[in-house]
Amino acid sequence: MTATVPPKAPVFLGLPTAPRGVGHLRGTESFPDAARHELRNGQLRANLGHATATIRGKRAGVVAEVPDWEQLRAAGKAIKAATMARLDEHLVSLERQVTARGGTVHWARDANEANAIVTALVQATGTTEVVKVKSMATQEIGLNEALEAVGLDVFETDLAELIVQLGEDSPSHILVPAIHKNRAEIKEIFARTIPGVDPELTDDPRQLAMAARTHLRERFLRARVAVSGANFAVAETGTLSVVESEGNGRMCLTLPQTLITVMGIEKVVPTWTDLEVFLQLLPRSSTGERMNPYTSTWAGVTPGDGPQEFHLVLLDNGRTAVLADEVGREALHCIRCSACLNVCPVYERTGGHAYGSVYPGPIGAILSPQLTGVEDNASLPYASSLCGACYEVCPVAIDIPSILVHLRAEHVEAQQKPTAEALAFRSLARAMSHPWLWHLVQRGARLGRLIARGKPTLPSVFPPPISGWTRSRDLPTPPTRTFVQQWTEEHGK
Amino acid sequence: MSAREEVLARIRTALGEDRAPAPAVVRDYRRAGDSPADAALLALLVDRVEDYRADVLRCGPDEVGATVRAALDRGLGEGWTPGTVVVAPGLDDDWRPDGCDVDDDRPAVQLADRAAAVTAVAVAIAETGTLVLDGSPTCGRRALSLLPDCLVCVVTVDQVVAGVPEGLARLDPVRPLTMISGPSATSDIELQRVEGVHGPRQLFVVLAG
Amino acid sequence: MRVSLFATCLVDTMTPSVGMATGRLLQRLGQDVVVPPTQACCGQMHVNTGYRREAVGIVANHVRAFEGAEAIVAPSGSCVASIHHQQAAVARRAGDEALAQAAEELAGRTYELSQFLVDVLGVTDVGAYYPHRVTYHPTCHSLRLLEVGDRPLQLLRAVRGLELVELPGAEQCCGFGGTFAVKNADTSTAMLTDKMANVLSTHAEVCTAGDASCLMHIGGGLSRLRAGTRTVHLAEILASTEEAVTPQQTTTPSVPA
Repeated sequence: MTATVPPKAPVFLGLPTAPRGVGHLRGTESFPDAARHELRNGQLRANLGHATATIRGKRAGVVAEVPDWEQLRAAGKAIKAATMARLDEHLVSLERQVTARGGTVHWARDANEANAIVTALVQATGTTEVVKVKSMATQEIGLNEALEAVGLDVFETDLAELIVQLGEDSPSHILVPAIHKNRAEIKEIFARTIPGVDPELTDDPRQLAMAARTHLRERFLRARVAVSGANFAVAETGTLSVVESEGNGRMCLTLPQTLITVMGIEKVVPTWTDLEVFLQLLPRSSTGERMNPYTSTWAGVTPGDGPQEFHLVLLDNGRTAVLADEVGREALHCIRCSACLNVCPVYERTGGHAYGSVYPGPIGAILSPQLTGVEDNASLPYASSLCGACYEVCPVAIDIPSILVHLRAEHVEAQQKPTAEALAFRSLARAMSHPWLWHLVQRGARLGRLIARGKPTLPSVFPPPISGWTRSRDLPTPPTRTFVQQWTEEHGK
Repeated sequence: MSAREEVLARIRTALGEDRAPAPAVVRDYRRAGDSPADAALLALLVDRVEDYRADVLRCGPDEVGATVRAALDRGLGEGWTPGTVVVAPGLDDDWRPDGCDVDDDRPAVQLADRAAAVTAVAVAIAETGTLVLDGSPTCGRRALSLLPDCLVCVVTVDQVVAGVPEGLARLDPVRPLTMISGPSATSDIELQRVEGVHGPRQLFVVLAG
Repeated sequence: MRVSLFATCLVDTMTPSVGMATGRLLQRLGQDVVVPPTQACCGQMHVNTGYRREAVGIVANHVRAFEGAEAIVAPSGSCVASIHHQQAAVARRAGDEALAQAAEELAGRTYELSQFLVDVLGVTDVGAYYPHRVTYHPTCHSLRLLEVGDRPLQLLRAVRGLELVELPGAEQCCGFGGTFAVKNADTSTAMLTDKMANVLSTHAEVCTAGDASCLMHIGGGLSRLRAGTRTVHLAEILASTEEAVTPQQTTTPSVPA
């Protein structure tokens, strides 16, 4: 086999980022290019507009009824910061507790290593089928592809993940991966791909959910191995937690003989008490419910109840490189609620696919470039108008706009050769640092009046980058005098 | 170097030699101690559970058995067969309808052909309408409250707390816990909530006392 | 009070009428207005585009230009937010602690126009007259970073002759975002389109806001569509009286072909 070896992933402060050639953290085109296609998809725009407006309203309602929301938010932020400051110690404690309760802990430096560990564990059981609980970490590392490559059948069991899998699509939202599909499109996918589906199936969401129930029921009952992610892992007790709605998670966490949980190292929390904060913040921020229908917690193995073999895979895959950035590390505080996606005016219009990573939206725009090294996702930090709506709703108060700005600077400062943009900004900076030079530049701007030839706006035909503006917006003709000149003439110095 | 050693070494590198001290966590959110379950708290629990479109049946401490039967009447239709109902092994004898099956160490998947299950709970959280089952004999193993399509949970008033912090404080974190807030549900299609997917499609809460 | 007016680089260069309106309004309210002639820019555009090292000199010029000012007022939520939240951090990161402290100190005396009027001068009725149907767009940085809240609306409600209409989806970003408008022109335009649709749905004659930059974006879009609705800065509305109606902004609709 002549597989092409992807170039090595970049290194940040001596720490390796997520490797290239595996997983789903990198897109094939830049955000502006991908967005250009997505923005033309009227159905997508309508679906997303409807869905995000619905969830925004629900979230706002259930958050408003919590009188101590801001205190919970501050506590959530502090717990996460405290966890990161002692991450190594908490992971060692977690490992000790899980092991003491009959589980086995594995460590994975990156996606390839995690995929290899899980594949070997599944193969050791002799099964050919794996049921999966929706998990961002396994999406990130491309686990399904790795398992399928050795001939295993992988069944996503979350309804939205199932829609994506059956539609041979990719997820576009952290919480609702099929948010870009409407009921009619989902009905079409089910009718086409589910064997023996009721030919009378309509696009009623209840009927569609029931079709999924029927389709998966038998697989749950015969499954011998399940793979899950984890929302939280408690270092002091070894307690793992999965937060879900449909009961597919409970099926996977309860019925098979073997459970394999893949978890990013940043998901650990120090104490059981800490969950009292996150179990209030997460459901209200994500689905806009007071509490999600099901939260399961388990520590190791319980005789006579649930899987009798439990493996925990602790995944780095670029997380330690994120941790090394004192500003950017706050991105590791994310609890994957997706509230930032739902309020983001950019996400609402482009959808998640434009981001090219399993982590879309504002959090994706700061997380993906850090996991891969900013040069591999260089357009993402710019995929925001910095409106700040994401920061406002983040349940752990991640200052996403400030991190976006920080990553833009990291990108600019990493450039080997100055770009035309950099030269322009440097010249402008010099001018704005010296009043006499600045007045010269302002006088230069007045040359625009020649181009305008007496009209109130400039013509729309300009070369890039100005064309970016003038393609859709008129640019006013510069005035004859600046404000400072006018004022000084009227009032003296 | 093993993956374990390497990941731990990377973390130490990332945090640096002179790592910043962990910030203090201020817990000034509501964590009130156990308050007695007064009428308002119980009303809140009922309101929140019903908001998830689960049914609540209230009864006196001595009427639990009859109320459980009434719940099963609603869930399965009158004239249900006792043998299709399975109860947690430690469930109070007075609460168990006559002729019901008691869960034993049969393979969990066999519970899938039972129509309904009856369990107690460990804690009920009023503000979020959450029942917590802890795998003890009265609550049963996790599959019991998962596979039968109709679930009846008996809550006694002394088990009701106001908020999540009080609820978690009463629980043992190393037991397998299941927190249940209404019937299984999904919002995956156009973010419209649909009750009833893989877990029980019907949830009845018998609130006793 | 001696008020130093920071016009912002955009107003100074492109929409001087907004600066004139701000100055005249403050004078009418009895303030001693000065315009430091060496002012240029707050540095926000550089910082937000990734040129934070280059921004240090811009911050230094700003601090020099306004040194000793009693109060600084700018007709921009975005630039004031940058002065409050970015300038000191930029200087500190570059290792210039003295500049960082000077910037912080200056930021403590820097106000966005509506904040200065309502919080410092304690007025909501500035004696303005503006007989038009107006809708107000709360710009993101004034809304979320400065938390000006309903101060601009309080001011607008007190304007004689002004009919204020609520803007649907008011709190959604217009899509300007500085260099975002050019680097992600398509997404920016999509956001602008929805903002314009909401503005036009109000049948207002005028869309106002506290930032000339967002207004240049919204106004530029409306102008391109030859829509009748124009954009006018809050300062220009508040500066208008029966005696002196300020000119509208330069993005006049109905451009000759």
